[in-house]
Amino acid sequence: MNVNEIRALFPILHQQVNGHPLIYFDSAATSQKPLPVIETLDRYYREYNSNVHRGVHTLGTKATDAYEGAREKVRRFINAKSAQEIIFTRGTTSSLNLVAASYGRANVKEGDEIVITYMEHHSNLIPWQQLAKQTGATLKYIPLQADGTIDLRDVEATVTPAAKIVAIAHVSNVLGTVNPVREIARIAHERGAVIVVDAAQSAPHMKIDVQELDCDFLAFSGHKMCGPTGIGVLYGKRELLEKMEPIEFGGEMIDFVELYDSTWKELPWKFEGGTPIIAGAIGLGAAIDFLEQVGLDAIAAHEHELAQYALERMADIEGVTVYGPKERAGLVTFNIEGVHPHDVATVLDAEGIAIRAGHHCAQPLMKWLGVTATARASFYLYNTREEIDRFIAALQKAKEYFSHVF
Amino acid sequence: MSSNHPLDQLYRQVIMDHYKNPRNRGVLEGTNVDVNMNNPTCGDRIHLTMKVEDGKVADVKFEGEGCSISMSSASMMTQAIKGKTVEEALRLAHIFSDMIQGKEYDDSVDLGDIEALQGVSKFPARIKCATLAWKALEKGLHNHEHEGR
Repeated sequence: MNVNEIRALFPILHQQVNGHPLIYFDSAATSQKPLPVIETLDRYYREYNSNVHRGVHTLGTKATDAYEGAREKVRRFINAKSAQEIIFTRGTTSSLNLVAASYGRANVKEGDEIVITYMEHHSNLIPWQQLAKQTGATLKYIPLQADGTIDLRDVEATVTPAAKIVAIAHVSNVLGTVNPVREIARIAHERGAVIVVDAAQSAPHMKIDVQELDCDFLAFSGHKMCGPTGIGVLYGKRELLEKMEPIEFGGEMIDFVELYDSTWKELPWKFEGGTPIIAGAIGLGAAIDFLEQVGLDAIAAHEHELAQYALERMADIEGVTVYGPKERAGLVTFNIEGVHPHDVATVLDAEGIAIRAGHHCAQPLMKWLGVTATARASFYLYNTREEIDRFIAALQKAKEYFSHVF
Repeated sequence: MSSNHPLDQLYRQVIMDHYKNPRNRGVLEGTNVDVNMNNPTCGDRIHLTMKVEDGKVADVKFEGEGCSISMSSASMMTQAIKGKTVEEALRLAHIFSDMIQGKEYDDSVDLGDIEALQGVSKFPARIKCATLAWKALEKGLHNHEHEGR
């Protein structure tokens, strides 16, 4: 993997921010977009923008082919059995809400249990909280180990035969923990529950095989994996999706409409009411082509090396606390003693370094960590060791700056 | 620290002093104004308690968690409004809001320490940090006025 060649494809990276070359360490929030994706979107709007699945004109056929072609790319990307199992949504949040509102409302009742963990992003927490309130089910949390990992014995103990849904992040957006989804799926299935996987932080960074994981649902977003904003994916096992009712009704998703009743299109279109996110899906398809060309295994290895290097360098700075396990995905969440993460982020921004500061949409996890906010540096295929060196120097500067002004 | 660091216009000495030694920190008991507010995008939070008597802010305290800008702003705010009438406090909040957004503001009122926060207007990402305490103040006085009627 040649990082310089990759960087050349990301025009946004080649700019100065506050007088310094930009270092973008906020890819866990949203990734940057390579030329192949930008050009694909441009070409769609310039050359064949049209609505899909209707009309007989040439542009409409071209747009439909590209849209459905993108679905096939997604199928291949996560090794789903059929493209009918791939539903385009607005993003991970929409995907998870669809499962909760459709599968959840139909299958969860009073006395049942929904199981999640303390490390969930709000998007994989609040839909289940709401579902529990609406149905009278109980929401249960799998506890975390001190290093921010999950012990399978705790999964065994928390997921009882009363559990109907187990929902878990594949990779934590704060701790970087990679959860043993396949083993958790096995336990969930033994107890008669389905497993819903939030893959927002894994799909961009590692090879995913939904058949190997044996997950029932899996959700991710296009914008975190070099694709456009506003497009996401819900994968679901066909036999489950077939029994589920749509949650949005209107054009595009119907078969026959009569005055007092209607029938739905077949999968996956019954879940895609309204004009779909055509450009977004086609752009996501281009992003998948790009990532596969680089190679997901190479990307994962590169990020692993960057994260391990960052951990090593940060361990040398006194007063820096890093959260999460040593073995982790490509992000590092941390605090500097005596300096609020917002202030850390401002000092780094003055050096041209973009990081995230705040609660990372994971307030229960912040509480578990005993902090109100943290700073996070997250890496992607276009980041380098030299950038980490500059980041470390900037952290030293932040520490020094605040020790002087005090 | 040299005074020409680009961050010095944000992190002025008086701001860091209020951050390190917050004035009026704590919770007042038996008050008639009690407001909790947070900034849901970043996790900063403030608990503001005030004793409003005869149209004046007789006493005020704050508790909270957040960055240097949000906490120093809260400290300065309590210092500035203590003893002021409700109208004066609200007017100050209005002036502060204009100043922090980089707008023209009424300079006939002596802002004291608060003026140091003017530099925040050049850091758009931090404006919300500075305004949290003042929004809590406005909400508290607004609620008080309505309950009183």
